Amino acid sequence: MKELLNILLELHPDVDFESCDTLVDDKILDSFDIITIISEINDRFDVVIPAEEIVPKNFNSAEALFSLIERLENE
Amino acid sequence: MQQTNVLEYLESTVKRLPDKVAFAGENSELTFGEVYEKSRAIGTFLHSKGLYNEPVVVFMEKSPEMIAAFFGCVYGGCFYVPIDAEMPRFRIELIFENLKPRAVICDKAARESAKSFEFDGDLLDYDAVSSGNIDGGALEEIRDRQLDTDPIYIVFTSGSTGVPKGVAACHRSVIDYIENLSDVLGFNEDTRFANQTPLYFDACLKELYPTLKFGATTYLVPKSLFMFPVKLVEYMNEHRINTICWVVSALTMISAFRTFDKVVPHYLHTVAFGSEVFPIKQFRLWKEALPDASFTNLYGPTEATGMCCYFKVDRDFELDEVMPIGRPFHNTEILLLGEDNKLVKDGEVGEICVRGTSLTLGYYHAFEKTGEAFVQNPLNDRYPELIYRTGDLGKRNERGELVFVSRKDYQIKHMGHRIELGEIEVNVNLMPDISMSCCIYDGEKGKIVLYYVGGTEPGELVGALKERLPRYMIPNKVEKIEKMPLTANGKIDRVTLRKKYESENKC
Repeated sequence: MKELLNILLELHPDVDFESCDTLVDDKILDSFDIITIISEINDRFDVVIPAEEIVPKNFNSAEALFSLIERLENE
Repeated sequence: MQQTNVLEYLESTVKRLPDKVAFAGENSELTFGEVYEKSRAIGTFLHSKGLYNEPVVVFMEKSPEMIAAFFGCVYGGCFYVPIDAEMPRFRIELIFENLKPRAVICDKAARESAKSFEFDGDLLDYDAVSSGNIDGGALEEIRDRQLDTDPIYIVFTSGSTGVPKGVAACHRSVIDYIENLSDVLGFNEDTRFANQTPLYFDACLKELYPTLKFGATTYLVPKSLFMFPVKLVEYMNEHRINTICWVVSALTMISAFRTFDKVVPHYLHTVAFGSEVFPIKQFRLWKEALPDASFTNLYGPTEATGMCCYFKVDRDFELDEVMPIGRPFHNTEILLLGEDNKLVKDGEVGEICVRGTSLTLGYYHAFEKTGEAFVQNPLNDRYPELIYRTGDLGKRNERGELVFVSRKDYQIKHMGHRIELGEIEVNVNLMPDISMSCCIYDGEKGKIVLYYVGGTEPGELVGALKERLPRYMIPNKVEKIEKMPLTANGKIDRVTLRKKYESENKC
């Protein structure tokens, strides 16, 4: 989780990712962020997020994103 | 009679297809008949207020109604200036200062925000002005007075001194662009566009005016879909989209995540792209998914009205090759000028300079700035003739095709947006407790990287920057450093900074 928070904080050092669960709904993340997050997750976790998992509910909070990574790691 | 006004496109189409949908958005749609009625009502209203040949700000959410407001301004003999409701306050204030508008058209969503800006004029409610009376006689008089060299819009682009520049374009250059673009891409009445670019840039000309000209239909794609590739392609299939003119990053977002393994935009037959270099690896994925579609690379600065060069992809490229920008549109010439202001020899690099009707009028309320970029053609010492110096460097390849090489200065293209790194730095330096800053661009990852010296923490700095700069200009990585590397002359040493960045970010 810490690793993931680092990725997110590097993009938006002004956002409280531990509590925010409206990252997409409130337009905190934009398309550039989504692309960067996916490629960083690919590099650092060695997890490929497939296109069908790139949906708002998986990106609305750091927690949701982390459980997606865990789920994909276990597959 | 020769066409001299962009509205003639609408007027000939509305006779044929009054009930066909012209523009469709997330929450509403307008037929050609409705666009015609609403824009004429707006034009009448502006006229009744005594407005003519002056900027009218359109401060609305991206919607079919915003587009009707654009044409309404043109009916009134004025020029529209689109402002995005999401633009930061500070930037809007700079734009208002430049324009001194006497009228602002807003919708309900933008009304509260629009009210808070100080300007000497009227705040007009879209719903009210678009449903008022139409004075056909007055509109006819306006049309009679108008010349094709009168402006129809101003769009603002990044300025290196921290102040955005307003590029003003007239009927003539827009008509020239739309006619030639339509020839190259083969639009027709069955064209169904999906618009990606914001309405506050000239990029949306590609959909707006051909839609009027041919009686085509434009769907305004909700911005959020550009984060979610499968949903985006499903949207395109649902609306049977067959033509797109998007920035490269919007296309690669789809291909890079292997979206085509799940879903393919199977109605799509015409794909145009521009604003950035298309990585060949991504291009191949598109070509593979849509083997029968036509692909066209477009290139051009806002100052030369939309796009001015095109390349129809006619062959495969090696992964390390750069796709050419091809050749200029009909009625436009590209000069490659060397340091000595003479044409470079074949294969040599020169500055891309544009000659022709496609040149816009220049920067609004900024004669000096205009004079720096719109200059007398140095190859012509016989009569006045302007060319536009793009600041882009290019060359001709062995096939005679134009190829973009790099920039002369610190302007970058990031997610399809044109940004002066200097504008970001000026705004960082304005913050209290910041002594020095420098931005570099990591072209490979597409990241704007900011280094600064000062007491402020990165989180605080980014938070404050979001108040001043549009979203796409906010640095993607911010690092506080102890000391800024300087050159012998005391200037910031960008080369050393770049090396520092590269050594720290090697994978």
